[in-house]
Amino acid sequence: MSGSFLRKIRIIVSIIFFIPTTFLFADIFSFIPPYLSNGIVYLQFAPSVLKFIALLSVSSFGFLIILILTILFGRVYCSSICPLGTLQDFVNWIRGKIKRSDKRRFEFLNEQKTLRLSLLIIPILVFVFGSSLAINLLDPYSIYGRFAGNFFRPIMVGLNNIAAFVSDRFKLYAVYGYDLKAFTLIPFIITTAFFVFVVVMSWIKGRLYCNTVCPVGTLLGYISKFSLFKIVIKNEDCLSCGICAKECRANCIDSDNKTIDTSRCVMCFDCLTNCPTNGIVLDRTYFKHSNIQSSNHVNLDINKRSFLFKSSVFLISLSSLAAQIQKKIVVTKPSTKPVFRKNAVSPPGSVSIDKFNGKCTACHLCVSACPTQVLQPSFLEYGFLGMLQPRMDNIASFCNFDCKICSDVCPTGAILPIDLEKKKLTQIGKAIFVKDNCIVQTQKTDCGACSEHCPTKAVHMIPFEGKLFIPETRDDYCIGCGACEFACPTKPYKAIYVEGNREHKLAKKNVEQKKLEEKINYKEEFPF
Amino acid sequence: MDRREFLKQSITVTAASVTIPGIFGNYFAKTSKILPAAFDLVAVKGGEADVMFDDAIKALGGMKNFVKSNQKVCLKPNIGWDVSPERAGNTNPKLVSRVIKHCFDAGAKEVLVFDHTCDNWRRCYSNSGIEKAVKDAGGKIVSGDSENYYQDVSVKSGKKLTNAKVHEVLLDSNVFINMPILKSHSSTRLTIAMKNLMGVVWDRGYWHSNDLHQCIADYATYRKPDLNIVDAYYVMKRNGPRGVSVDDVTTLKSQIVSTDMVAADAAAAKLFGIEPDEISYIKIANAM
Repeated sequence: MSGSFLRKIRIIVSIIFFIPTTFLFADIFSFIPPYLSNGIVYLQFAPSVLKFIALLSVSSFGFLIILILTILFGRVYCSSICPLGTLQDFVNWIRGKIKRSDKRRFEFLNEQKTLRLSLLIIPILVFVFGSSLAINLLDPYSIYGRFAGNFFRPIMVGLNNIAAFVSDRFKLYAVYGYDLKAFTLIPFIITTAFFVFVVVMSWIKGRLYCNTVCPVGTLLGYISKFSLFKIVIKNEDCLSCGICAKECRANCIDSDNKTIDTSRCVMCFDCLTNCPTNGIVLDRTYFKHSNIQSSNHVNLDINKRSFLFKSSVFLISLSSLAAQIQKKIVVTKPSTKPVFRKNAVSPPGSVSIDKFNGKCTACHLCVSACPTQVLQPSFLEYGFLGMLQPRMDNIASFCNFDCKICSDVCPTGAILPIDLEKKKLTQIGKAIFVKDNCIVQTQKTDCGACSEHCPTKAVHMIPFEGKLFIPETRDDYCIGCGACEFACPTKPYKAIYVEGNREHKLAKKNVEQKKLEEKINYKEEFPF
Repeated sequence: MDRREFLKQSITVTAASVTIPGIFGNYFAKTSKILPAAFDLVAVKGGEADVMFDDAIKALGGMKNFVKSNQKVCLKPNIGWDVSPERAGNTNPKLVSRVIKHCFDAGAKEVLVFDHTCDNWRRCYSNSGIEKAVKDAGGKIVSGDSENYYQDVSVKSGKKLTNAKVHEVLLDSNVFINMPILKSHSSTRLTIAMKNLMGVVWDRGYWHSNDLHQCIADYATYRKPDLNIVDAYYVMKRNGPRGVSVDDVTTLKSQIVSTDMVAADAAAAKLFGIEPDEISYIKIANAM
C-alpha cells in the first residue's frame, strides 16, 4: 500500500469520526438519539475504560478495540479517532494553507519522558484515590467535548437563531429559536485557556500536546512500541534527505540517526507520502529482523517520585481551599440567617456525589444532550476535585420528570444507565422551604409556583392565614428535580431550593390518594 | 352505522341553550357586544370532545360567526406540561384538531398555535399530542420558549399588572381563541380560561410575586378572546396543575364554549364543584 493511499484513509476516517462527534455536542435539537450517540463515542478511550470499570459490560468494550488496533497498527486512535487529535491536524492544515512557505517546518525533538510518564501516572493515581479530576483535565476526548460544547454549540445556536429570526420575520415560524439558559463563566474561561494552549502548541509544534501532555497518547504510545506494524526507516533505500523528519507532526523521526520513536508516532503517514524514495515504510515488525532501536524501558527515578509527591500535596491543599470558597447560596435575605447549599446536586443515575466525582471526565456530552439545560458545568460547587463536572443548575432550569437522557448518553459510566421508573423515584436532593422569603408570608398574597411545578406534589399547599395557602415540603416524595426552585419567583433569593444528597436515595411514590371514583350521570343537568 | 355516526346520534346535548339564571347573573351579565348568536355560553356533555364541539359551535351559530375568510387565527390551548392526554394536564388534542378544522372550514387563512410551557416546551408539544394534532389539521405550531417572541404591551385598566410581554402570534392575529382545560390548581385552586392566558406572556414570575389573582384579572382586560372553549372531557380534580398520576383524573365528558371569559370560568367552576366566589380572580374580574 502506498503512503499517500494510507494517508487518504487516515484523513477520511478522521473526518468520519470528527464530524459526528462534533455535531453531537452542537446538537441543540436532539436529532441524534442516545443509542447513536453511544455509538459515536463508543471508541473514545478514556471514557470507555471508565465505563468498563463501572459496568463491566459489552457496552464499554470500545477501549479493548482500541488496544487491539494499537497492538496491530500503532496509535491509529490518535491519528483518526481522537477528536482532539483531528482538531490539531486541522490547525496544522490551516497553518499550511496560510503560510505555504513554511512547509516542512518540523524537526526532531527529544522525548520529554519524565513529563509524559508523570502525566500518565498522576491521573491513574488520582483516579485510584477516588477522583477523576486529572483524567478530566487531560483526557483528549473530554477536552474536545468541552471545546465543542463551549464554542461550537453556541455557534450552532447562533446560526439557528439567525435562521429563526429570518423565518419569524416573515411569519413562517419554520425554525424555532433556541435560548441558552445559562452561561458558566469560569468553566468557559478554563476551557478557553485549554483551547488556546492546545491550538498554540499544535500551531508551533504539531502534535506536541499528544506527545508530551496527553496520558492516552502516552499509554497507547508505549503500547505501540510493540505493535505489529510500524513506520520504519529502511537503511538501504534512505537518502538521508531528512524530509520525513521535517514532515513529521509528531516530531518523532530522528533522520540523523535514522531512528523513529514509535511511542510518539501518531500514524499520520505524511513521512511515507513525502519520501522521495521508499526509504521510510510501514512494515511488519514481528517474525523478522527489524532495525528499529528499542527505546529505553520505563524507569522511575527519584525526581519523578518527588514530583508526584509535590503535585499530590498541591492538589490536596487546593481542594481544602475550595471547600472554603464554595458558592454561597441563594437564600440570604438581610433579615434571615444566610443559608448555604452544602452539596451541589448531581444528576440522577450518578448514585452519589463521591462516585460521580470519581468517574466523570467532564466531557459535557450530557450538558449538550440535556433538553432542559439544567445540567451546567460547575466550578467549585462540588469542591476542587469535581471541577468542571456537570451539576444541576436550578436557576437555569430544572430536571424534566420523564427524562433520563443524560444517563443514556454518558460515555464514562459516571451517570449510570437508569430505568425511567426508577429515575422518577430517585432522590438526588431535597427541597428546602425558606418561609421568610416566601411571597405568601412576606406579601400575604397567593403564589404557589413551586407546588405547581412539582411533579410528585412533594411540595404541596396547606392552609395559611385567612384564605391563603402556603407551601409545605414532604421529604419522602421529593426527588430533588429543582422545578420548585426554578419556578420560585422571589428575588434575589429563592424561597425554596434543593440541597443535594451526597448519596442518592429512593423517594416514596405518592400514592396516599386512591383512584378518584365518581359516578357521573351524563344525562344530568348542568349545575348552572 | 359506523362509529362516528353512532356517537353523533347518541350525543346528549343537555344544555345547549343555557339562559343565564339569576343567582349567577353577575358573572354572566357581561355579554360581548359582537355576539351574533342568541347565546353567549353553551355547555355540552356526554360525547367525545371533538363531537361535542361540533354541537356547541352549531348552537353559537357556527364558526363563521367568529372566523371570517382570510383571517389569521391564534389558538391558545394549555400545553403546559410534559404529560400524556389522559393525564388531563393539557387541552385534549382531538378537540384542538377539530377546532382548527372548523376555523379552516370558516375560511381562515392560517391557524397558529402556541403556549409558553412550564415543562420543556418540545417535550410538552410532542407528548401532549397537540403538536401532531395541529400539524395534521393543517395548523402551524409555534414555539413560546424564547423571549424574542414576546413584545411589550400596556394593560390600561390593570391595577397590579400594567404592562406585559405578549407573544407576537397573538398580537398579529385577527381572531383569538382561548382553549383551556379545566383542572385543579395549587396556586389559584382552579385554572380555566383567564388563568390559561398566563401562557401568552413571558414573565409569569411577576404575576406570582405581585398578587397573582389581581394580575390574572388585570390581564383579562387586555385582549378578550373571541371565543373560549373550556375542555372538561378529562378533568384533573386534585394535585393540579401538573397532576401526579392518572388517578387524579375523572372523565366528565363536558365542554363549555363561551364568548365571555368570566362567564366561562364561573360556569366551569360550578361544573368542577367550586363556587365561583371562592376563586378570587373570578370575583375580581367580575367586579372589574
